Amino acid sequence: MSAGVLFDLPGPRARARNRIITVVASLLLLALVAVFVWRMDAKGQWAGELWSPFLKGEIWRNFILPGLKNTLGAAAVATVLALIFGALFGIGRLSDHWWIRVPCGVIVEFFRAMPLLILIFLAFFLPNKISPAIAESSFGTLQRVLVDNFFSIFGVEINAGTVTVPAFAAVVFGLVMYNGSVFAEIVRAGINAVPKGQAEAGYAIGLRKSGVLRRILLPQAVTVMMPAIVAQIVVLLKDTAIGVIIAYPELLKQAFREIPPNFHNNILQAGIVVGVIYIALNLAISRLAVWLERRSRGSHRTSAKTMGAGGAPPAPGMSATGTTTGAD
Amino acid sequence: MSLSDLFDFGPFFDNIDVILQGFWATIRLAALAGVFSLVIGTVLASFRVSPVPVLRAAGTGYVNIVRNTPLTLVLIMCSLGLNDTLGLTFSNDSGTTYYWWAVLGLSGYTGAFVCESLRSGINTVPIGQAEAARSIGLTFSQSLRTIILPQAFRAVIAPLGSVFIAMIKNTTVATAASYGEVVTVMKTLLDLPSFTSGAIPLFLGVAAGFLILVLPTGYFFGWLAKRTAVAR
Repeated sequence: MSAGVLFDLPGPRARARNRIITVVASLLLLALVAVFVWRMDAKGQWAGELWSPFLKGEIWRNFILPGLKNTLGAAAVATVLALIFGALFGIGRLSDHWWIRVPCGVIVEFFRAMPLLILIFLAFFLPNKISPAIAESSFGTLQRVLVDNFFSIFGVEINAGTVTVPAFAAVVFGLVMYNGSVFAEIVRAGINAVPKGQAEAGYAIGLRKSGVLRRILLPQAVTVMMPAIVAQIVVLLKDTAIGVIIAYPELLKQAFREIPPNFHNNILQAGIVVGVIYIALNLAISRLAVWLERRSRGSHRTSAKTMGAGGAPPAPGMSATGTTTGAD
Repeated sequence: MSLSDLFDFGPFFDNIDVILQGFWATIRLAALAGVFSLVIGTVLASFRVSPVPVLRAAGTGYVNIVRNTPLTLVLIMCSLGLNDTLGLTFSNDSGTTYYWWAVLGLSGYTGAFVCESLRSGINTVPIGQAEAARSIGLTFSQSLRTIILPQAFRAVIAPLGSVFIAMIKNTTVATAASYGEVVTVMKTLLDLPSFTSGAIPLFLGVAAGFLILVLPTGYFFGWLAKRTAVAR
């Protein structure tokens, strides 16, 4: 039902009433803006030296662009790893074997229930607290081999038995675990949304389970899942901002910790500039989601169950309405 | 230190008071933000479907801006920007004023998502319902209040549940906005040099605490959704 049915074409009286509401609402909004402007003025926040730094090239070169690069870098690495995690665990949850299905389900449900910040803290603070004890025990060699041969690609270091995890790796770990679990649910819902007859037809022509999944279910599910996945990528990108809490040098850390001390404590101004960057970035990704949905709607009767409201499984994160952005 | 020391729950239980206080601060924030965001979301949703273009534009603008901004940015702007820089404080006590800014920031952010859920709920109401409301002469606000919104709410209880669960988890970000909830407590404890052996129990305890907060919320909304579903 579109909103257009909610009210009649306004007659003379309704038009007059709407005009009054328009004037009153506009005045209220203007008053709100005026209070903000006046308050900024009272605190000297319109001063040129607070705003002019953002017109200089050096502040973009030295602070904002490196921050943006770190934000996008963490988001890109995390997206790729989370998609792999999601595909593995989403398919794992659909397995016929309980000893695959149940552990996958427990892991996905656990990481979906954990706040992202706790996961990031887990990766950031726990290893250097517990690694000395592990180094002394019989697992010491295993720990060193694992760090040297695998975790080192994320910048993890081991020094005299103490494992240090850089902020980048901790942020990526948290993002992968949380968003990977959400992707797993999207994959599961996407595969479940493919009509049952499709799989039956696959078995009927003699395909094995893996063949049915790979050649029939997944290709159809992927087109249907696309909008939900892109929406979750927006969530992931926004979530990189939590990295500021463990001092990962992303966009927000530059805005609140690096720029203000150098330029007369211009926290508000830096926040507004960086906020505009985030909004532009996310709106662009959301556009992509809308375009993808429109494209896939042409060839498919249904869209993924995760995207609609009502009757759908609990929406992951806050992306309750699907096509555009989510939260968290 | 040996491996078994890593699972020494002694330090955890020695500090159980502060940890529970941290959780209590989280619950206080989540509960109030839940109520406020419901109110903000409902108002925004009625703005977005109203016959007045200015209200529609204001609602759309707000939702698009807030939903595409990281929560961390919203909360830090509230505490460092509006509170510290502009001096818009709620009280002289810094704990109180940061609490209210955390509540406002979190509700303002979550409200945008409540609004979008609700709007998708409005889309599930059959056109005939609105037409019937109009044909018996109800005005826009009357039909919205008595016909459309009640049905829309019942349709979106499950999605609203996930919005609230995400909101409970989001309370942890308030630590960046100087509000001392459970993550702040956790960080303080982890910074103690004496707390080395208590790290794993601390993480297990906090994780368990969040499971206790989140899982029943999910079940409650699932149950409520089933109970209140509109039979059509």
